[in-house]
Amino acid sequence: MTEFALPKNSRVQKGKHFPAAADAKSVRTFKIYRWNPDNDENPRLDTYDIDTADCGPMVLHALIKIKNEIDPTLTFRRSCREGICGSCAMNIDGTNTLACTKEISDCHGKQVPIYPLPHMPVVKDLVPDLSQFYAQYASIRPWIRTQSSPPPDRERRQSKADRAKLDGLYECILCACCSTSCPSYWWNGDRYLGPAVLLQAYRWIIDSRDEDSGDRLDNLEDPFRLYRCHTIMNCTKTCPKGLNPAKAIAEIKKAMLARRSA
Amino acid sequence: MSLRDPLAEVRGLGSAKAGTEHWWAQRVSSVLLLPLTLWFLLAAASLLRADYADARVYLAQPLNAFLLLAFLLAALYHAWLGLQVVIEDYVHGRAMEISLLLAVRLLAFLAALGAAFCLLRITMGA
Repeated sequence: MTEFALPKNSRVQKGKHFPAAADAKSVRTFKIYRWNPDNDENPRLDTYDIDTADCGPMVLHALIKIKNEIDPTLTFRRSCREGICGSCAMNIDGTNTLACTKEISDCHGKQVPIYPLPHMPVVKDLVPDLSQFYAQYASIRPWIRTQSSPPPDRERRQSKADRAKLDGLYECILCACCSTSCPSYWWNGDRYLGPAVLLQAYRWIIDSRDEDSGDRLDNLEDPFRLYRCHTIMNCTKTCPKGLNPAKAIAEIKKAMLARRSA
Repeated sequence: MSLRDPLAEVRGLGSAKAGTEHWWAQRVSSVLLLPLTLWFLLAAASLLRADYADARVYLAQPLNAFLLLAFLLAALYHAWLGLQVVIEDYVHGRAMEISLLLAVRLLAFLAALGAAFCLLRITMGA
């Protein structure tokens, strides 16, 4: 059966507390999930009190401050710090989002909880193992596939109207916030492709220059790969880029219907 | 630990090339059930204080018998489709999953037959 409770060795314990300096002006508390694969201990929640007067505005600033000044063992991914690489995707204040674009002042909790992306294997602390997610992305073969030969003297052209169909799709940075927020992906992530990969699949299905839509639909037409989506809408609610994966999935289902008789 | 590439695991046995039929049948049957359920609730409410004889008179009307049978068959079909999705979502032991899927399918079939048989007996039999 689906596991609703954590296994014994995954139960989260109380962790250490790192208080702010005595002269701190405006203290904000972060409770951060910690797990180290190199010892046999259970995961724990460490508490860090941060002086926001001496810290940048984003949650990522707080994480970097903790790593630089308080606890260098804290492990997390980050790179671009401007919401375009997707590395710092994590569960902050109860929602999957990017630490670099989430303002500390926008967090509601008095103590801001920070966990890795839900229901993924954890590599360490806030770093999830996304191997399967990337393999699922590779499985849709996300590149242009054509049968006609390209014009010899220029690129394949696309009308402005056709190009506009890619808006709301091409912006996806594959941070995995949506897929890991989806209960269907939690329970059947080994077979369900998840909202991020399905949005990417639709990005190629709808591209006027691509000539392999039928094959792409064939590959998706499966009770688990596509039809585990039950329009729960967590994906659209959580997307840090403001995209709508649920709508892309609905469009794929409409395309499935369009090529057969109702 | 598996030495298989994650991509090989994901590609697995390939796509089933199915699911659209099921998904569409669920939508179509739900549209059919909207008016039928409304009719059934009104009919049930009108028979709240009726006895068996009154109910038989009511169901002797061909339209009432027809609508009741349509409601029962559509509801059982829709319930079968829906329960199948629930089981596929949550039951992960393969043996248990297949047993439950078969049980739901057979129960829905037998319940539909039973409903039709009972209705025929009430409307036409003794």
